[in-house]
Amino acid sequence: MSAEMAIAVAILLPALGALLVALLGQSPNLRDGAMLLVATATFIVVCSLYPEVASGGRPTLHLLEVLPGLNLAFQIEPLGMLFSLVASGLWILTSLYAIGYMRGHHEENQTRFFAFFAVAISAALAAAFSGNMLTLFFSYEVLTLSTYPLVTHHRTPEALRAGRIYMGILLSTSIGLLLFGVLLTYHVAGTLSFIQGGILAGHATPLMTGILLFLYAYGTGKAALMPIHRWLPNAMVAPTPVSALLHAVAVVKTGVFTIVKVVVYIFGIDHLSSTGFHIYLAYIAGGTIVLSSLVAMQQDNLKARLAYSTISQLSYIVLGAALANAHGILGAGLHIAMHAFGKITLFFCAGAIMVALHKTEISDMRGIGRQMPFTMAAFIIGSLSIIGVPPLGGSWSKWYLALGAADTSHLLLVGVLMLSSLLNIAYLLPIPARAFFSKATGDDGHHGEGLHEAPLFCLIPLCLTALGCVLLFFFTDPIYQLLAPIVQP
Amino acid sequence: MSSHLPIVPIVLPMIAAPLCSLLRRPALIWPLATGVGWLVFAACAALLMQVVESGPIVYTMANWDAPIGIEYRIDLLNAYILVLVSGIAAVVLLYAPQSAASELPQDRHHLFCAAFLLCLTGLLGITITGDAFNVYVFLEISSLASYALISVSRDPRALKAAYKYLIMGTIGATFILIAVGLMYMMTGTLNMADLAQRVKMVEDTRTILMAFAFLSIGIMLKIALFPMHAWLPNAYSYAPSLVTAFIAATSTKVSLYVFLRFVFTIFGAEYAFNTLRFNDVLLPLALLGIVVASAVAIYQTDLKRLLAYSSVAQIGYIVLGISMGTVTGLTAGLAHMFNHALMKGALFLAVGCIVLRLHSSRLEDMAGLGKRMPITSFAFVLGGLGLIGVPLTAGFISKWYLLLGTLELGWWPVTVLLLISSLLAVAYVWRFVEVAYFQPPPAEASSNEAPLSMQIPLWMLLATTLYFGLQTDVTTGLAQRAALWLLGGGQ
Repeated sequence: MSAEMAIAVAILLPALGALLVALLGQSPNLRDGAMLLVATATFIVVCSLYPEVASGGRPTLHLLEVLPGLNLAFQIEPLGMLFSLVASGLWILTSLYAIGYMRGHHEENQTRFFAFFAVAISAALAAAFSGNMLTLFFSYEVLTLSTYPLVTHHRTPEALRAGRIYMGILLSTSIGLLLFGVLLTYHVAGTLSFIQGGILAGHATPLMTGILLFLYAYGTGKAALMPIHRWLPNAMVAPTPVSALLHAVAVVKTGVFTIVKVVVYIFGIDHLSSTGFHIYLAYIAGGTIVLSSLVAMQQDNLKARLAYSTISQLSYIVLGAALANAHGILGAGLHIAMHAFGKITLFFCAGAIMVALHKTEISDMRGIGRQMPFTMAAFIIGSLSIIGVPPLGGSWSKWYLALGAADTSHLLLVGVLMLSSLLNIAYLLPIPARAFFSKATGDDGHHGEGLHEAPLFCLIPLCLTALGCVLLFFFTDPIYQLLAPIVQP
Repeated sequence: MSSHLPIVPIVLPMIAAPLCSLLRRPALIWPLATGVGWLVFAACAALLMQVVESGPIVYTMANWDAPIGIEYRIDLLNAYILVLVSGIAAVVLLYAPQSAASELPQDRHHLFCAAFLLCLTGLLGITITGDAFNVYVFLEISSLASYALISVSRDPRALKAAYKYLIMGTIGATFILIAVGLMYMMTGTLNMADLAQRVKMVEDTRTILMAFAFLSIGIMLKIALFPMHAWLPNAYSYAPSLVTAFIAATSTKVSLYVFLRFVFTIFGAEYAFNTLRFNDVLLPLALLGIVVASAVAIYQTDLKRLLAYSSVAQIGYIVLGISMGTVTGLTAGLAHMFNHALMKGALFLAVGCIVLRLHSSRLEDMAGLGKRMPITSFAFVLGGLGLIGVPLTAGFISKWYLLLGTLELGWWPVTVLLLISSLLAVAYVWRFVEVAYFQPPPAEASSNEAPLSMQIPLWMLLATTLYFGLQTDVTTGLAQRAALWLLGGGQ
């Protein structure tokens, strides 16, 4: 299979999978089997692209010319490669998990759920592979629209309200600011292609660059910078697999991925850092990191706490991009992968607790470590990775982010990162501590000392992602080598 | 045969109309009308291809040469509109029999069909002719036919709506007639090509100024530019669904064409935009229309009415593009004429499917429609996304050009306003989504999709809007050529 074919197949496979799922809706076993098959095949196709990208190739696929001089085009560069590997790889695990969760939790309309889920993955891969800003914008919007039915899956008034906020914030920022930014870029630079070193240098004045930076940063609502973060906690009304893959990985990572990509390939690191505006964005990201960590501490609902933690972690990546130096960008890229594994583990655990014990509030989770030891062990590993403790993957990305912050000689930003790690400990570790060291108090029919884990379909994926967090610590080098070319002058 | 091709789009429906009223049997007339519709579409498509290949076509009626006889003159601009109008008519006629059977009195089908074909004749005639007075004649034919089409609905309020439209439409048409008369007085010709040359010589006179004023106000009434849109919401809401689909997609677009034809090729962009600063009038009206009508659309309780207000707003987009007076702006306006016609046509056809099953177009009756009519609901949502201007739909393309046009001119506030209005569009489209997908269907409701004969035309139009969202050579490519040609004074 040629690389061009592989790109097309990788994007189309999930979309076809959605169709297959819809057609096989009558027999759930066949449907879920088909989905696993499609997910695995997609991952294999994405993997097949890796060798070429790792050796410096840039596989390209030009489709049609939508507007004069503006193609629907795909080009795989290291960042997109990394993101697509993470998204498609975790999709397999999430599919496994979703089968256990949706059945264990007796969710309705599973066919619709799986179909839109697959469309969302297709859109995320298209975003990862996009070769210019127009294609990225298209994929970004398709992703918003295809996840709306997932967020509002339960069709309750609460889901409707959450759906309004979800669509309201994501569409109004993307149409009002992002599209504006894209148009302005095209108007100023005459192109929207992603080019190493950026396309704005020599075309945009420093002020214009600053305006564009904020149009992109706030236009990308999916990156959840404060104060446009509210959609993310609201999106938690969705079934947990959605929160796990989409609202910890695919959707939100598309947001931060867009920002990193724009900084590297539209602004150009050197051009951006010469304007001085990047540091304001860095401080906004820093503020979001600290504030949302503080908010997370006050959440009793586990998924809500994780959502605020995600907001904070996303801003790590924005911060890395906004530092506009080599270490910052590398840290941001690494953190896309590291946080994905850590946070998906935590969400899987939250869902497993919900399926097995029907508990959603942290205060009810005393003593559950004795009933669900594997789940809670995985939770500890995931938490430690988020906090950034060796030997877990998250420590590397924090290391590079801190280096990047130090390079800018804004030591306050280094302080923010350190403070945030402390806050992470404060809001994540009490949960397993309570689970293992407190006595169960509730009297809700599930108490007792016996083992009461979630179905294997749920348990296995979450153990695997926890394992992934450990492995990523030891095998960071390939990722580093993959990303290194993007920051070379 | 091919030398007489330009007359085909006029003569065919004009002959078929009385035939329909004589044949009377619905089983005969609908196939006849549909056949005529598709033949006309084929003829118009052939004309467009001929114009693209070998330049404008001139056809003299009965071999009477120009200043005395009437000539048909087909260039890029009107060939483009001809294809649009005839294409929509062909699709709507496919859709018509089922929809008419449920919404019209049984004994009126033949008259309805005749009126429909006459309306089509009129619209095509306005577009194809090269004679200013002839424009007025065809305008009256199409207008009178459309008053009849609207009033035939079973809803008694349709009568009042048609009457209101009649009054406003007649004022508009009369103003246009006065303008044509004034121009004839000053130049002694009715042929557009001649007019274009001679008006320039007398353009400083007050008479020509008056002609321009009468003409522009008359046409603004016909295109329902805010605040002269008062006839439109009622007419669209109470007319039978297929009439709404047809008129919404074609009638205002043809009037816009007349506007372009007179302003750009007869008076000239120089006179209208530099001497008279006419864009200073158009721009605020267009912007007001976009914002106010979009906002009003959000609060409608009837789906047809909601779409009608959205039409007023979308006409604002087109006029905004025209008022920029630049190639990009005019391209955007022309492309949006085309794209909006397709999108609104598809949306009203979807509403027709809903009305067929629910016998109502009120939003409150559409609870749970996503379950009861999944395919039609999905079609409506897709069309709605086009109105918002979501990427991958035709609506995005025209909006892109429109926004680019404002940036080129440095009209920042307008850019912002356009983006805000897209968000208003999200709000009104989401009204339907929330009712159809989030409210439980009433207990007695069963799932009941519209018949295939209505689904197919609906999806044909919808597919074209998606196609033109990706493949823009035809729409914007031609629009850009036409725009360049118009700004060059149509020479």
